[in-house]
Amino acid sequence: MTHRRWLLPEAIEDVLPAQAVRLEYLRRRLLDSFDSHGYELVMPPLLEYVESLLTGSGHDLDLRTFKLVDQLSGRSMGLRADITPQVARIDAHLLNRQGVTRLCYCGNVVHTLPAAFNGTREPLQIGLELYGHAGLEADIEVLRLLALSLESGGLAASRIDLSHVRVFRALAQAANMAPEREQELFAALQGKDLPTVRELVADVSEPTRSALLALPELYGDRSVLAKAERVLPADPAIAAALGELERLADACDDLPLSFDLADLRGYHYHSGVMFAAYAAGSAAAIALGGRYDEVGKAYGRARPATGFSMDLREFARLSPERAAKAAILAPWPEDDGLHAEAARLRASGERVVLALPGHDGSWREAGCDRILVRRNDAWCVESLPEN
Amino acid sequence: MNGINQITIALSKGRIFEETLPLLAAADIVPAEDPEKSRKLIIGTNRPNVRVVIVRASDVPTYVQYGAADVGIAGKDVLIEHGGMGLYQPLDLKIAKCRMSVAVPAGFDYAAAVRRGARLRIATKYITMAREHFAAKGVHVDLIKLYGSMELAPLAGLAEAIVDLVSSGATLKANNLIEVEHIMDISSRLVVNQAALKMKRELLQPVIDAIAGAIQ
Repeated sequence: MTHRRWLLPEAIEDVLPAQAVRLEYLRRRLLDSFDSHGYELVMPPLLEYVESLLTGSGHDLDLRTFKLVDQLSGRSMGLRADITPQVARIDAHLLNRQGVTRLCYCGNVVHTLPAAFNGTREPLQIGLELYGHAGLEADIEVLRLLALSLESGGLAASRIDLSHVRVFRALAQAANMAPEREQELFAALQGKDLPTVRELVADVSEPTRSALLALPELYGDRSVLAKAERVLPADPAIAAALGELERLADACDDLPLSFDLADLRGYHYHSGVMFAAYAAGSAAAIALGGRYDEVGKAYGRARPATGFSMDLREFARLSPERAAKAAILAPWPEDDGLHAEAARLRASGERVVLALPGHDGSWREAGCDRILVRRNDAWCVESLPEN
Repeated sequence: MNGINQITIALSKGRIFEETLPLLAAADIVPAEDPEKSRKLIIGTNRPNVRVVIVRASDVPTYVQYGAADVGIAGKDVLIEHGGMGLYQPLDLKIAKCRMSVAVPAGFDYAAAVRRGARLRIATKYITMAREHFAAKGVHVDLIKLYGSMELAPLAGLAEAIVDLVSSGATLKANNLIEVEHIMDISSRLVVNQAALKMKRELLQPVIDAIAGAIQ
């Protein structure tokens, strides 16, 4: 073991040039796109006190957070496992604006346990959050930006699944279960585990019982919403939730939307419409988002909030190949004319690398496919000869 | 990863495979070969876009979780040990039925040992289920993970009790063990990869519905 100094911890990886170039391309493209829609970039810290990182989140995030003790204060600190609560803290407590605030971010998070599907413990989280507007217009904007992001990464043929947590909350309230049992039910619905749902709702009275049993099968295209109206009890909260989904479907009928009323996540913080995006080739959702109006309260100010985030590493893995840009070799020794030509080429977007002496024959491996050659006092770009 | 127009089904050989055949037939899926006779691990079916992969029973949830198979059939025991992450478990197929039980050698006073608060040594393949069962009872146990022949452990002095699947009870009887506690009933579940159900719903839903309709 002592000799394996190159070994990385499990589920931690280097991003090598071919992948890094795609990752960085997508990072810039997405952040530029967010910026062009008025989302201001924030950079929250890697480390915070555990209480601020975990406020309002569930046990799951707690388990996923690496913790250490702050030598300065003696308090427990955590390495962030999710940037969303940090951004909520910034909005609620630091910016303290009254109106709409749009924020975006991109940074590494670390997890104690690898995510179930892609096995990384260091996702590169990118996302945006819209605060201060409780209306559906905010959800529509975020949903559209999610679709735009997928498109700009070449994943247009994805599906975006919509759900609404208030359908479950209304039914759970009607069922009047003990909190622990309610969480079990939440997990069973999440897994569409109908046999377990059946056990858990055995003593719930009608019509709530049938409604909870119907929930795992209420997924599919838009017709699900009409079906839900038929099979779910006439409850104002449920009707309002289904109405919101209908309006979203109308407003975004050009997007590849589907619906799943049992697609539940974020038991502790989601409060309205939720979305999950799926792309061919991925074994799980690649982007998650939705409304979480109560999270800011823990930081002093409840604010309407909605947003989405995704792991840029996974996104880049699924996004179509982008070949790294080949470089032009500038020979050694240098002269002023060569410098000027190299500068001109760089300004035009080319990559020009200086040939350091003594490395003939290695420049193709270093990514060069062309060379600057002097022809009649002018520097011309020619194809780099094979070794 | 599977093609968007293809279904891959993960199955294990033996009892689960045999009892699954009629359910698959209801969905118009007939494997082209018998895995007991063939050494092939990927078996075609009567439908060109459906194939079956033959894996160990305990590997079925893993194949489906990572999307290497879209659907699979796995025992409740296997699913509990796996944790079920990333899986939908829509159907109890009511096949390969048995029960998870605690068994001790005849003559061992299990009730008294539990009452005394003794720390029991439990041999099992089902660590998660055994841990949860004894934690719920408030009994301290040392779990000893074994991969087979659990019945031998108490006889050889490795453990006081075992947690194992019991179907007819014949193996317990032959080894002079007595079933003292019933932990849960076990049967096989249909599991589906979450992303596959979203991306290939048109393809998978009819299969799931047909299987649901054929459950006894």
